[in-house]
Amino acid sequence: MATIAIARQEGGRRRARLAQRIRANTSAITGGVILLLVLAGALAAPVLYPGDPLDMVAAPFIWPGTDRAHVLGTDMLGRDIAAGILHGARVSLVIGLVATLVSIVIGVTLGALSGFYGGRVDAVLMRITELVQTIPPFLFALAIVAILQPSIPSIVVAIGLTAWPSLARLVRAEVLKIRHRDFVQASISLGVPHWRIIVLDILPNTLAPVIVSASILVASAILTESSLAFLGLGDPNVASWGGMVGAGREVLRTDWYVATLPGLAIVAAVLGLNLLGDGLNDILDPQR
Amino acid sequence: MTRDVLRDGALHAARRFGQIVFVVLGIAVVNFFLLRLAPGDAAEVLAGEAGAATPEFMAALRQQFGLDQPVHVQFAKYIGNILTLNLGYSFRQGMPVSWLILDRLPATMLLMGASIGFASILGSALGFLAARHAGRLTDTVVSVVALLFYATPVFWIGVVLIVVFSVWLDWLPVGGMATIEAGYTGIAYAVDVARHLVLPALTLGLFYLAIYTRLMRASMLQVYGEDFIRTAVAKGVSPRNVAARHVLRNALLPVVTMLGMQIGSILGGAILVETVFSWPGLGRLAFESLFQRDLNLLLGILLSSSVLVVLVNIAVDLAYRLLDPRVEIG
Repeated sequence: MATIAIARQEGGRRRARLAQRIRANTSAITGGVILLLVLAGALAAPVLYPGDPLDMVAAPFIWPGTDRAHVLGTDMLGRDIAAGILHGARVSLVIGLVATLVSIVIGVTLGALSGFYGGRVDAVLMRITELVQTIPPFLFALAIVAILQPSIPSIVVAIGLTAWPSLARLVRAEVLKIRHRDFVQASISLGVPHWRIIVLDILPNTLAPVIVSASILVASAILTESSLAFLGLGDPNVASWGGMVGAGREVLRTDWYVATLPGLAIVAAVLGLNLLGDGLNDILDPQR
Repeated sequence: MTRDVLRDGALHAARRFGQIVFVVLGIAVVNFFLLRLAPGDAAEVLAGEAGAATPEFMAALRQQFGLDQPVHVQFAKYIGNILTLNLGYSFRQGMPVSWLILDRLPATMLLMGASIGFASILGSALGFLAARHAGRLTDTVVSVVALLFYATPVFWIGVVLIVVFSVWLDWLPVGGMATIEAGYTGIAYAVDVARHLVLPALTLGLFYLAIYTRLMRASMLQVYGEDFIRTAVAKGVSPRNVAARHVLRNALLPVVTMLGMQIGSILGGAILVETVFSWPGLGRLAFESLFQRDLNLLLGILLSSSVLVVLVNIAVDLAYRLLDPRVEIG
């Protein structure tokens, strides 16, 4: 009876593991494909819709599917929604990538120093990390953008400055694991400069988890950027998904497509990045 | 024995108090430099940049903050003000910042409590279900839905829910916290507030529902691999009992930890939800301050919500101790 139960449980776990592996590959591929589509849209924007997506191009309130020239219709100011979505993809991807790069530079530097030197350096840096982690990140980003005035650089700075703590902790933990390995100790006793050891010996070994978090960070940066734009803190000179949803709220009762369509683009981009991150995580971390 | 517990408690409280002071000081430093980054001098920023204050008031402010003095004196004055819980005065709202914040706090707590309750209970249940049927259809469906909600921006969910439930079906109110003109009292008032609460709480909760579902599923599967579960199964405990009594209990711990870690992000989500549904809480106040360029009020909200994060984490630590007696909090 009990043996059968254990056998059944083992069978269940094996099935779960197999499902896990299939799931990992499926999600990485699905995520990659979605992301490529978003990227293609961003690249095609200036070709398909040359000119400023914020310009009025037709009568207002053309419903989606009613006019061949404007597939997704026009908003209350006669701006083409499809043009806004494709141009918005450029803005979202650029902000997401650059902001993540800023976070990676801060997070990896602090995490590596903290993990490598330990002691007082570690105590001070981790205190700072904890402090930044305590401040609600979105509110913090909001305050920074509000004070610096909304523009693409200020949004990038705000997101980059608020998103690094989790990465710093991750890198610190990885560095702690590697720091006492023989090859690192050998380099130290050979008198190799510390920065060389950190950059050449240690950091390459933390690459896998950093890549996984980077894809999740880009996704959350895109969410933050669109949320800021939704509240009216987007760069006023470019089309952005969140800004389009925010502006469409005024005509929600009658022309709900104006606010809802651009949201689907956000879902697609974020979903693609999350799937990719999940899949990579399972593929790169074989213990799970 | 009791004395030990008391001493531990006192030490713990002292540590926590130190933590709060550190956070307040740290954020005060951040705020001070943010204010200096803003265009115009701090008095203009503090006065709301709109000429809402009289010249005499501006002069008084400049003196209060010592703007004619060197930076370190200004800094000391700023910290002194914050440590005495003086967050300044909002000229736009005509009230001290601390009053405004305390006034709006209950609405936000209600919204957050409802969302977290909904998200953690339903999320744990769905994660439990998915883990029990790992690799089967139920699991796939639950996981895909969770993944979708995880990728959907909060404000967009709010907009869609309004379109469906308020505009098309006309079941629930579009926004606000109560039907003021109806003048309800007692139970009728509570029902009215609850009706207003449904959509905002759902909106804020769905994202976290996704997180808790994913977390609970992963956590359950991990606990299933532990030795004591094998023992329980070998003993002949029925699968249902293993799942409910042994696995579920232990799998709940990471969910509680996550709650503490997520509180800051939930506060951020509340800003968006309160803006979409005109819910009169802290988030809506933050949006108003943004709109009126009342930066001092915005920074006051930033400071007090960070303190709230620390307080919630203290509460989570205590809850953790109740759930798992092995945990020592030092």
